[in-house]
Amino acid sequence: MMHGLRKWGMMTSVISEISALVGHVLSGGYTVQITVNVNGTAQTSDVEPRQLLVHYVRETLGLTGTNVGCDTSSCGACTLHVNGQSTKSCTMLAVQADGQSVTTIEGIAKGDELHPMQKAFMENHGLQCGYCTPGMVMAAIGILDENPKPTEDEVRVALEGNLCRCTGYHNIVKSILACANG
Amino acid sequence: MAVSVPTSLAEAVSLLSGAPDSVVLAGGTDLMVEANSGHRQIASVIAIDRVPELRTWGVDVVRRNLWIGSGVPYSTVMQPGIASLVPALAQASRTVGSPQIRHVGTIGGNLGTCSPAGDTLPVLAALDARVHLASVSGERSVGFDEFMVGVKRTSRRPDELITGVTIPILNGWQGYSKVGVRNAMVIATASSCLAVDTDGRSVRIGLGSVGPVIIRCGEAEQWISGRVDWSELSVSNADVDEFGLRCGAAARPIDDHRSTAAYRRRAVEVLAARQLRRAFPNG
Ligand SMILES: Cc1cc2nc3c(=O)[nH]c(=O)nc-3n(C[C@H](O)[C@H](O)[C@H](O)COP(=O)(O)OP(=O)(O)OC[C@H]3O[C@@H](n4cnc5c(N)ncnc54)[C@H](O)[C@@H]3O)c2cc1C
Ligand code: FES
Ligand code: FES
Repeated sequence: MMHGLRKWGMMTSVISEISALVGHVLSGGYTVQITVNVNGTAQTSDVEPRQLLVHYVRETLGLTGTNVGCDTSSCGACTLHVNGQSTKSCTMLAVQADGQSVTTIEGIAKGDELHPMQKAFMENHGLQCGYCTPGMVMAAIGILDENPKPTEDEVRVALEGNLCRCTGYHNIVKSILACANG
Repeated sequence: MAVSVPTSLAEAVSLLSGAPDSVVLAGGTDLMVEANSGHRQIASVIAIDRVPELRTWGVDVVRRNLWIGSGVPYSTVMQPGIASLVPALAQASRTVGSPQIRHVGTIGGNLGTCSPAGDTLPVLAALDARVHLASVSGERSVGFDEFMVGVKRTSRRPDELITGVTIPILNGWQGYSKVGVRNAMVIATASSCLAVDTDGRSVRIGLGSVGPVIIRCGEAEQWISGRVDWSELSVSNADVDEFGLRCGAAARPIDDHRSTAAYRRRAVEVLAARQLRRAFPNG
């Protein structure tokens, strides 16, 4: 479900190479140990202090559902939950998540049973290429946590931090409203 | 890059005073964006998001002041607790970024960056807020007008942590308005906070994105405070228009990649007049 366009995938890897380069200049070259509760399981890892939360999740833990679209906190592709609140993981350091709980797109289904929001996106064609979808779904769950019965306008306003280049948002809004009313 | 994560105010202050070349990291929505884009080389970071003292807010009923810790995120400022006391600050917070930005972005970070487009700053200026700073050599507080000294320049010493702000609680209408190129996630082209103090019979206004610092329109404020009928809480249409023009004249906008000086001045005239009419619906 969560495959990005080839072009986007390339863009992402260029971005992470650039930040790796920057990181190299900045890096003190040592690691620190952190323990993060990720999707209900405590994970202990050695990370470089400069490592971004999104790179920790994707590269250290191999949870690649969370995407990187910009790394400037603009697009929302990297949205996951930190202590239950939707957060952009490209502008947070992994060490800041030490001792906290993180939920990624991989952690919301119960086994084979999709999360109601995932189901709603599937049933309402809330995705096309899928690149924005993990971030959209995590943001959408956050929206309903804060406002369980939003109006269409409220959904559109609350989605302001997530960009989608394919859908025109219409079916994403429809999916979230369907989930709220289902 | 070294990162320390202090868990008390005393620890945070002593870390910063011991290494004043360190940068403070709060929500990271300014700092990490700069770091990721390679604009800023960072050797050492003090992450203050685990310092409980900085994440509190409260009311001093005797002084009629609201205290907001520098680590309080926008999502908390928007809750009824703070919103009912300083509605303009909650409105300004609501316009910052997106929900994800507002969950982690802080008042302290807006002050730390001190961009003329920082959305909370016109509110802090209009309400005569004080900024509190701490270092191992002691604590001090400065008025907002002494804190912001230029574009992204403040009077904070490198060894000082911003601990929070105190904001006088006023009786009277207050509001924040922002003009940008679209509704979502936008940096202000021009912004304005108007606040009425009915007890002190004064109208205050702070303008954002139309000068190197937040601009208070002292002359226009004094003039309109003398024109309002305070017993009826009304003001004439002609005075509303004139107030807009006077605020526009006080602005010091420039042409840049976001807009032109002429557009910004006109935006101020409209915002100021509109807010004054909202504050005093009767003509
Ligand atoms: C997508 C996006 C949209 C945005 N939209 C807006 C917007 O609409 N309006 C707006 O005003 N801003 C906006 N911003 C900018 C940013 O979110 C705000 O300025 C925010 O308040 C910064 O807070 P922070 O906690 O993330 O600060 P950080 O990024 O952690 O820090 C910012 C600066 O302040 C310093 N600092 C932070 N806390 C302290 C402290 N306690 N003591 C001393 N120094 C400190 C840091 O060292 C750093 O220099 C946006 C940013 C992004 C990424
Ligand atoms: S990758 Fe775009 S917001 Fe984080
Ligand atoms: S970006 Fe392709 S589905 Fe949203």
